[in-house]
Amino acid sequence: MTAQVVTISSGKGGVGKTTAVANLAFALAMEGDKVVCIDGDIGLRNLDVVMGLENRIVYDIVDVIEGRCKLRQAMIRDKHLSELYLIPAAQTRDKNAVSPSDMKRICDELRLSADFILIDSPAGIERGFRNAIAPADRVLVITNPEVSAVRDADRVIGILEAEEKHSPALIINRLNSDLVKQHDMLSAEDVLDLLGISLIGIVPEDEGVIVGSNRGTPVAQDPKSRAGQAFRNIAHRLKGQDVPFMDLDKQGGLWDRIQKMTGRR
Amino acid sequence: MLWFKRKQSAESAKERLQLVLIHDRTDLTSAELNEMKDELLQVISRHVDIDRDSVQIDLEHDGRTQRLVADIPLRSVTRRRAG
Repeated sequence: MTAQVVTISSGKGGVGKTTAVANLAFALAMEGDKVVCIDGDIGLRNLDVVMGLENRIVYDIVDVIEGRCKLRQAMIRDKHLSELYLIPAAQTRDKNAVSPSDMKRICDELRLSADFILIDSPAGIERGFRNAIAPADRVLVITNPEVSAVRDADRVIGILEAEEKHSPALIINRLNSDLVKQHDMLSAEDVLDLLGISLIGIVPEDEGVIVGSNRGTPVAQDPKSRAGQAFRNIAHRLKGQDVPFMDLDKQGGLWDRIQKMTGRR
Repeated sequence: MLWFKRKQSAESAKERLQLVLIHDRTDLTSAELNEMKDELLQVISRHVDIDRDSVQIDLEHDGRTQRLVADIPLRSVTRRRAG
């Protein structure tokens, strides 16, 4: 095995990086891939709670780098999926405890024993972001259809181009198709046209995502969740499969009904 | 139904982003762009007679590539020479 190292980045905070990492990890591991997630947000770790593994942390990534434990000891195994692991971020230490070469070394050590290494990048374009992209074979840039998130995504894409990283792919997260129909939200086409990179997934806004985070069970595990389906599709595309994009037109939404009533369609 | 008539916000979001991204990517402010246009026109006018009022110089994007597109109509000199 030689793992594919995939980093999820966004520039702006709060657009869904951590949720996306957790969901892609679950989606891949449910199908039998061996997945190791690395939380790259030193000082502000969160991937552990979103994955429901916060009570199992003994060692973190800084313990590995500073030689207090072996890499294996810092890998927390998921409660249900035996092929899913998390290497948590350190919570209290200084951000310079990790360097880009540390990240490369850790990923190289993991490469031979995993199918996917997913790295959750911190927000911003500073040290933590540089660390997260250093070992990446692929970078997924995640954004929301909002002006600030799109602008920050463009900055990140610009930096990745300058670093000559393999061209990043875009995840558009929290698309609200009712708002798009009202022309009060940028459509997926608008965002793609503005950012000019290839698309790997569109995730509809879905309350279930918050419920999943509350419980520590990402929606990718829920076969009925639309956001979960979108993340499972992205996981398949990461594996090179050709999966058509979901039809995001919710049938019977309020806007649909109003339009039908007023004869606008 | 007055609220149907307000400008739809997705459209202004896209228009505003198009401008902001071009300036972010090129690291050029609107003022710097205008200054550059003036300098360009000065240089060109030293060599040929141009129709300043119909000049169009804009930054455009094609995917992730930015382009400075200039349309600078020249005033015909042949007629004057012949005249």
